Amino acid sequence: MERKVAITGLGIVSAIGMDVQENYNSLISKKDGISRVENFSTIHKEVIKVGEIKLTNEELIDKLGLPKINNYSRTALLAEVAALEAVEDAGIQNIQAYKTGFISSTSVGGMDMTERYFYSCVENKEERRYIPTHSAGDATSKVARRLGITEFVTTISTACSSATNAIMLGARMIKAGKLDRVIVGGADCLSKFTINGFKTLMILSEDNCRPFDKDRTGLNLGEAAAFLVLEAEDIAIKEGKNILAYVSGYANANDAFHQTASSGDGEGAGLAMEQALKVAGLHPSEIDYINAHGTATANNDLSESMAIVRVFKNEVPDISSTKAFTGHTLAAAGAIEAIYSVLALQNNIVFPNLNFENSIEETKIKPITEPLEKELNHVLSNSFGFGGNCASVIFSKAN
Amino acid sequence: MSKCYINGIGCVSAQETTNESVEISDFETLTQSINPAKKQNYKEYIAPNMIRRMAAGVKMGIVASKKALEEAGINNPDAIITGTGMGCLVDSEKFLKAIIENDEQYLTPTPFIQSTHNTVGAQVALGLKCKSYNVTYVHANNSFETAAIDALLALNETADSVLIGGVDEIAKHSTYLHQLENLVKSEDEISNILKSDTQGYLASEGSQFFVLQKKKTSSTYAELVDVAIHDVLNQDQIADKLNSFLNTNNMSLADVDSIFLGVNGDKKGDDIYHSLCESLFKNKQQVYYKHLSGEYNTVTAFGLWIAAKCIKNQTIPEVLRLNDLKTDGFKTVLLYNQNRGEHHSFTLLKSC
Repeated sequence: MERKVAITGLGIVSAIGMDVQENYNSLISKKDGISRVENFSTIHKEVIKVGEIKLTNEELIDKLGLPKINNYSRTALLAEVAALEAVEDAGIQNIQAYKTGFISSTSVGGMDMTERYFYSCVENKEERRYIPTHSAGDATSKVARRLGITEFVTTISTACSSATNAIMLGARMIKAGKLDRVIVGGADCLSKFTINGFKTLMILSEDNCRPFDKDRTGLNLGEAAAFLVLEAEDIAIKEGKNILAYVSGYANANDAFHQTASSGDGEGAGLAMEQALKVAGLHPSEIDYINAHGTATANNDLSESMAIVRVFKNEVPDISSTKAFTGHTLAAAGAIEAIYSVLALQNNIVFPNLNFENSIEETKIKPITEPLEKELNHVLSNSFGFGGNCASVIFSKAN
Repeated sequence: MSKCYINGIGCVSAQETTNESVEISDFETLTQSINPAKKQNYKEYIAPNMIRRMAAGVKMGIVASKKALEEAGINNPDAIITGTGMGCLVDSEKFLKAIIENDEQYLTPTPFIQSTHNTVGAQVALGLKCKSYNVTYVHANNSFETAAIDALLALNETADSVLIGGVDEIAKHSTYLHQLENLVKSEDEISNILKSDTQGYLASEGSQFFVLQKKKTSSTYAELVDVAIHDVLNQDQIADKLNSFLNTNNMSLADVDSIFLGVNGDKKGDDIYHSLCESLFKNKQQVYYKHLSGEYNTVTAFGLWIAAKCIKNQTIPEVLRLNDLKTDGFKTVLLYNQNRGEHHSFTLLKSC
């Protein structure tokens, strides 16, 4: 009998809240976190809008009780805040009591510090402490040490699908009996590097993004971190844990179409959704809500819509993208939206897709635009990234 | 767990590893602090119009993966799983330099696109039109090991053939910074890495890919039995963790014939190996390889490539030997790697 994968803890920091409750409150009251960049200087400050967390690094360092002189990148700071909340939420007292892993994901890694000190640290020895923190795995190892996890610790980077793949690997490790418990998620902070990267690709919106709208103008970048505690169901029950939801299906497929663009018909996206349904043993009609990738770029939203229509045919479930609240938080997005999916299941509510007016002509998909209360049993969350990386995960209600 | 056999291998490194007529015994010990990979005749593998803009890591990855796939006779694996510590670092540096020097203006997207860590895995998939599972692990010295662990899971689920690989690039300014931090040796610190009394390693780059399959074939090198990682261990925990890893696989240290160690000349990490060689591994045939490959985050994939060849040929060339102990043939090989007490990995191989 295969082990079921229970979710027993959540932790999140994003532009719409410093913890799970704040994020939920913002979602149901349609309060977005889109603003101008304030924490660092960039020549694009007045041009682009972002989902920035309005705490400075110094404030995050204080919040975490770290020494003033440390070598945490902002990615690591955000990750640690979210991971500590998740572990506390799961009521874990002794992390070593079970075979526990930690799987994080990032695309930016320590780039926010590298871009400040890359050349100046040659002269300024003080700044050299950030040299080893450039590595994508650095934030992961720092948080693992803080949590007391020493064995299976790793980091995934599949661009904007990263955290969904972290959830998937965690669930597979539990099912295979390799781990009893695993904390999965991702973190990415805003940086000049990513802002300029997306700017050169000409997919940054100058206004608040409008997922699935016919006249969408591109994405808002965001920063966030989110982690979920996954436990083998038998252990969660033995420990008397409050099971928040289950990870019931997942899949990863590659579009193999273009390095940065999705195929017109969203073949990889369709494959990921179909295979996730198969792993969950669910019929498409059993999905009650899709938390879409919905970045609000011309390419993604059309490609994703085409794939959804192909998989769900005439029965496209209620759908929304929450990117207009948080911005596109890149590697972290899959974990942010996993938490929103679990909150949706727990509260029987579909979160609204902000800034939508008119449907994309080709698919006529009309997302939910006001908080909608209804019974939810299964929620599908999509994450797609550069490199054709497509990942889908299905969360199911805890009974 | 289902069986996992290494049925195809490919390697680009600082040695002539794509030339079949060059044997391991012909490899020369590296003598520079920075050791680029041997240039390949990329036209044999990649459309000429694509070569110029392609990152070095992508090119190395394509060559190594094609070699592995060809040898195994596979063209559409059920998963492509890549490990890279730093991704296409040269392009990351290029984009970063342009941002800093031109104050965020006059930028072009290509270096940004290639800087994404999953570029190599994605380009390998794109070249094969392979729509299956595709993931990239970026956890420093355990990037390749996590790829291998994922592959073992995948073969135990529904996959029959999995392509796994490691890739990392040398980039100029990053390597210079690593020299400033004594992570990479400076030119005047080069010596026999076994006798090094300075911090830092010899920097290098490369890519190694492997086809792993459930079934044994005529091209099988070895069985990949298991892989385990520990993000951090105290020296006194290593023996315990190794024993429990071997026990999980119904083995003990007595069953291991040969140990491939990640000795790299960095005094700060090598003390751990040297002390194990005097204690736990004292009566074992000890092997090292980083004097030939140099060091990079995924160099353990080079170690696996060397080990796979040694097992298949049932010989360990003199150039790899760390001690004089010899056994008649050898069945079981353990690879052990760590970096200054962090990112420990155990990889277990068996001859077929």
